[in-house]
This record gives sequence, C-alpha cells and structure tokens, in this order.
Amino acid sequence: MSMGLLVDTTRCIGCGACSSACKEQNKLPGKVEEVLTAYTWTTVQPKEGLNVRRMCMHCEVPTCASVCPVAALTKTADGPVVYDAERCMGCRYCMMACPFEVPKYQWDKAVPVVGKCIMCAGRLKEGKQTACAEACPAEATTFGKKEDLIWEARTRLRSKPGAYVNHIYGLSEAGGTSVMLISSVPMDKLGLKSNLPADPPAMRTWQVLSNIPDFIGVWGVFLYGVHWITARREQVAKAGNHDNGREDR
Amino acid sequence: MNTAMTMTPKRFRPGFWSAIAAVLFLAFCTVTVIRFTKGLGAVTNLSDKFPWGLWIGFDLLCGVGLAAGAFTLTAVVHLFNLKKFEPIVRPTILTGFLGYAFVIVALLLDLGQPWRIWHAIVYWNPHSVMFEVAWCVMLYTSVLALEFSPVVFEYFGFHTPARIIHRLITPLVILGVILSTLHQSSLGSLYLIVPSKLHALWYSPMLPLHFYISAIGAGIGMVILESYLSGRAFHRHLEMDLLEPLARGMVVALGIYGLMRLQAIRRNHAFGSILEFGYEGKMFLLEITLGVILPVALMSFRKLRTNPDWLVGSAFMAVLGFVMNRLNISITGMEAASGTRYMPSFMEIIVSVGLVATGMAVFAFAVRIFPIFPEGEGAKSLEMDKGA
Repeated sequence: MSMGLLVDTTRCIGCGACSSACKEQNKLPGKVEEVLTAYTWTTVQPKEGLNVRRMCMHCEVPTCASVCPVAALTKTADGPVVYDAERCMGCRYCMMACPFEVPKYQWDKAVPVVGKCIMCAGRLKEGKQTACAEACPAEATTFGKKEDLIWEARTRLRSKPGAYVNHIYGLSEAGGTSVMLISSVPMDKLGLKSNLPADPPAMRTWQVLSNIPDFIGVWGVFLYGVHWITARREQVAKAGNHDNGREDR
Repeated sequence: MNTAMTMTPKRFRPGFWSAIAAVLFLAFCTVTVIRFTKGLGAVTNLSDKFPWGLWIGFDLLCGVGLAAGAFTLTAVVHLFNLKKFEPIVRPTILTGFLGYAFVIVALLLDLGQPWRIWHAIVYWNPHSVMFEVAWCVMLYTSVLALEFSPVVFEYFGFHTPARIIHRLITPLVILGVILSTLHQSSLGSLYLIVPSKLHALWYSPMLPLHFYISAIGAGIGMVILESYLSGRAFHRHLEMDLLEPLARGMVVALGIYGLMRLQAIRRNHAFGSILEFGYEGKMFLLEITLGVILPVALMSFRKLRTNPDWLVGSAFMAVLGFVMNRLNISITGMEAASGTRYMPSFMEIIVSVGLVATGMAVFAFAVRIFPIFPEGEGAKSLEMDKGA
C-alpha cells in the first residue's frame, strides 16, 4: 500500500507548524531555514501570494536511489524514499542528480551525511501519519493512500475550477511522485521545476548500464579477433620471407 | 628513432621545478589536513546548490580522460600489431597509471567519508553509473599497474613474474581496453541523468560516446605533449616518425567527435544559444575552437604535422579544449539550472595543482630510475654513454 502527501497551496496559511514538527520528529538542530538544508527537511516559501511547502517529493522511480553507488537511498513499499546514513560514502551524486534538488549535505561537518525528508518512514510503519500532516492546522497537507489523494485532488480541481490551475504537480513529473501539489498559480511561478520529463530520469542511465554485459562480450571478441588477424598476418609474412630465403639458396 | 639518440644524459639535481613541486605538495598536504578536520565547507566553494566542483570536473573527468593515451596505444601496439609505436608505450602506461592514481587521491578528498570507499565493493547498485565508475577505477588501475609491472620486475631482477605478465599481455590489454571503453563512456553517462539541468549545448543521449571519442583524441594529444615535455627535460629530439601518424589518429578521432557534437546540438535545437553569444555560448565556442576546429584544421596539413612546433601546439590546444569541455559540462553547463555561480576556491585549486605537480614529479623520478624511454636515463643510457 503506497502512501503519499497532498499539499494544497491554496489552503496553506504559512504558519510553519509542519517545519517545526519535522524538526522535532527527526531531532534536527537549529531554526527552520528558508530553503531546504541538511537540517531543514521541509520549509514553507511565500510565492505569488501563496505559501508553497517544499520537501522531498518521494519519486515513484527515485533518481537519487538509482544513482547511489552503495544503495544508501531506497524506495520503500509504503512510499517513502529512505536514507541509510551508515552506508553513504558522500559522493553527492544524489544531490547532483535529483531533479527536485532535494538532498542536502552537512558541509560544516568533518563526518558529513546527507539530509532529506524520509516521510516519517518509522511512523508510517507504526500505522501513524507523518508528523507534518498531523501538525497542519489548515488541512493544507493531507496524508493518505496515494490513489485516494489523487482522487481527492481531482475532486478539488473539478469542484472549484476557478480556484485551481488544472495541474496536479507530481502526477507525471519525473515519472510521478508520492508527494503532490495543487495550486491556484502555475507551478513554474512557485519555483517548482516545470521542465521535467515525464519518464523517470533513471531510465536514461539504465538504458546504457543494462547493455554493459552484452557489450563486454561483443567488444572482447572483436578485440581478440583483431589481435588474431594481425598476429596471423605477421606469422604468414615471416613464413613467406623464410620460404623465399630458402628458394634463393 | 635515431634522432632520440642525440640526448645528453644528466645527473639528477634538485632544481627550480623540484622546489616548486615540493612547495605545491606541502600546500596540498596543508589543505588536506584542514579538509579532514573542518569539513568540505571550510575548504571548498561547494554548496547545496552546487555539490560537484573542480575536483570532479578537473581531477576526475580530466584525469581519467587524459589517461586515455594508455589504452589507445596498448591497443595500437598489441592488438593492431603496429609495433613501431612500441617505444612510446611504456611512458604512456606510466602516465595512465599516474593519472588514475591522481584521480583516486582526488576522490579521497572529494568524498564526504572516503574511509567508506570500500562500501562500493560490498553494497552493490548496478543501476548507478557511479557504481560502474567505482569498479572501473579499481579494476583499470590494477590493469595499468600490471601492464607497467614488468618494468619494475626487470629492474629488480625478478625475471619470472615479468615473463608471466609478458605471456598474459594480450588478454591484459583486451581487458584494459574494455575497462577503458566502459570507464571513459561512463563519465559521460554520469550526466545522462540530468536532462533538465545540463545546458542543451552539452546534453545529449550520446554523451557516453562523446566522452569516449573525445578522450581518445585528447589522449593522443597528451601522448604527443608528454613526448615533447620529456624530450625537453632529457634533451632528446621528438620521435617525429611516430608522432606524425599519431597526429593523424587525433584528427580522425576529434573530427568524428566534432561531427557528433554538431549533430547533438542540431537535435537539441541549440544553435540559437551559440548565436546569442551569452556565457554558455562563448564558453562553448572557446572549447570547440581550441579542442576541435583548430587541431583538426591544422593537423590536416602534412606540412604542419611534420613540423614539431605546430604538432606540439595543436596537441596542446586539443588537450586544453578537452579540459574546457569537461569543465563546461561539469560547471558552466550546470550553473544556469542551479541558480548560482560556482568558482573554485583557492584551496580547491591548490589541491588540483598540487596533485598535478606531484604526478609530474613522480613521473620525472620514475623515468630516471626505470628504463621507460627507449634511450632514457635508466640503466641503458649509462651503457650508451660509455659506448659513445
């Protein structure tokens, strides 16, 4: 059963209760910052008269999980994309590759790890909802089964056509995400990436990587074949010279 | 090759360049200490918006790319059987090995927790290009060490292991070419996953092939440059009869690469961003002029190819253009999407420059000890000295 979050920017009052609850839940030090950092996993940004909540989108086919060389990032069946800090060696490919620019790093630490929202994976296991959804006083963040949330979002768009732009952000972005946003203002004006392909970026590298075993075989045989031919030619040339020499004698 | 005989052997004496290398090495060590006590933020200009900088763009991408001369020349000599190039294979393998050692040291600084580098061997993720890169670095560095080992074995008089390696040279070279093909192209594959971030002048589904072919071109350029530099250091003449055909190979590789880039830009409908002549457009033009147009145009003329000055100049431009390309892909082309500008910090530059200087010093040292050049300063040259 895959869970998710629906963020309705038209309902958000910008109180920041979600960010505070997140800090408490995940024991993150410091104050809530304006942008995502390794210590602020969710934040609310005022944009175009709306309040836009930013957090990990928890992709269906997460780019971060596909690029991580040690599989420190994984997508769980419940929906969250979780991070195993004990495995991470700090290559930061996840940060470079994430289409939503979510994973952040502890640049100030001598032993740094990545920080990002894990959709309260522990709470979900206990059957609870995320700390942010529980804390939200305006029902701007709704927790639930992803399919129910899509239904809910469509109902809101349909019942109040003037109040929303007809776009559920996260339905198809980068292959779809477990976190979705709806808004009264086009998404690109809210600072959300609008140039994302509908296919998961991970497919582009997998297309290459999945062909490597075949390639090794063909390339190896080809290279040995070249060596075989050139070496044989040299032998023949040598033998030819030898014979000629004998005839001359 | 008889031109190479005219060198005048000199005893090693620590001079100006050794002093510079020593100072840079000490500066590198200082930065390393700060980096491991205070964290990456204290020494680099890297940030959450720009997590990969000079150490990936220059040290990793260029270090690996410019080591491509090694697999190209071992393939030419051992697989294509063009034995006349044999005299320059050893210095090329040594450069390749040092290049990879340089990459590993740089990676140890760039990784957040380098003491966990072995995790790549234990925890597998075959979906990750970085996983492929990690394995290629490990395996190809081992292959280069094995390919170079007979020189060391012979020096210390261990003839049996040297003979074993010599017997195994064909499979070893094939393994090296396969690993290099995978590794060079995988560095391009690293950027396949950022279609929404990398500028259209550089992004292409063919990035792995772009990286592979440009590395062959620039790798050959590097072999020419290195022959020139070691020639200067040891007062030998250039082996023009070997370098002239290599320059032809460089023209073909860079020519194909240039066409592929042109096709990629056409497919991306990105010609407009060149004509706009903005930041990306200018950097692109500089890169492509230096790295492709000038070397290909100049080296197409036999007269210029056979002239050492033009030859070395063109090879230098090809290498410079290659470095610019890798920096453009890793930095210039990623800046717009990141919403920030990245300039490496002084300490980041010190690390890169310090590592290059150390690599060159180790090369110079190895060349003096081991018989690497056919008439180098090794044991053979002394005999020649007596004979002369």
